[in-house]
Amino acid sequence: MTVGDLAELSCLQLATEGTGLDAPVDGGYVGDLLSVVMGNAQANQVWVTIQSHVNIIAVAALAGIPAIIIAHGYEPERETLEKAKEEGIEIFTTKLDSFSIIRTLILEKGL
Amino acid sequence: MTFHYNVDGGYPEMAGRASTKFKSVLKDLGVAPSVIRRVSIAMYEGEINMVIHANGGDIRCEVETDKIRVVLADQGPGIPNLELAMQAGWSTASQEARELGFGAGMGFPNMKKYSDALDVQTEVGVGTTLTLDFLI
Repeated sequence: MTVGDLAELSCLQLATEGTGLDAPVDGGYVGDLLSVVMGNAQANQVWVTIQSHVNIIAVAALAGIPAIIIAHGYEPERETLEKAKEEGIEIFTTKLDSFSIIRTLILEKGL
Repeated sequence: MTFHYNVDGGYPEMAGRASTKFKSVLKDLGVAPSVIRRVSIAMYEGEINMVIHANGGDIRCEVETDKIRVVLADQGPGIPNLELAMQAGWSTASQEARELGFGAGMGFPNMKKYSDALDVQTEVGVGTTLTLDFLI
């Protein structure tokens, strides 16, 4: 599966430009405490969080995370989108809460 | 080879720049991805601590044939109780930093877990120097 396959879900809106849609995704991680995510998320996982500030891009880049889903209607800050572009990381937003988007990822995408 | 990074304090959202830059350096040098991951996680934690608690500092990274050493030096408030600081879940981060997802109390535990050796020299009112070694 790739990041592009996730973009097919109607509940997800791509907030970035889509240059990293070919990156592989083989699982997911959920968390809002950055150190916990940093210490436990694995490369090629999609990360579900409600954090939207620019530091999530540093965490994703260092952990090898190709895509972030910002849940619960939160919107990324401008700096977050700029940094995401720089690092080649895709950001999706969704109105769904973290539990609901994860359920959708499991049921509809088999993650 | 030695690389230096200056870290500004006060804006936790912006922390991680030095770690991200050094990760790119290690990638260009052909260091194994598993080693890069360990260095990235531990260095990020040190960098975050430096920004949140010490108003920034300096990081020196040394790449040798058999190991990578990362030295993070600040002139912040120092750590009054290192034993507590090493415990998972213990944090003195501000409410503002916690709302941004920092202050999980996993900084030192992650540094210890992902490095091969961690040395902490700290003095209240003087500053803190962390030395992290990673075997290649």
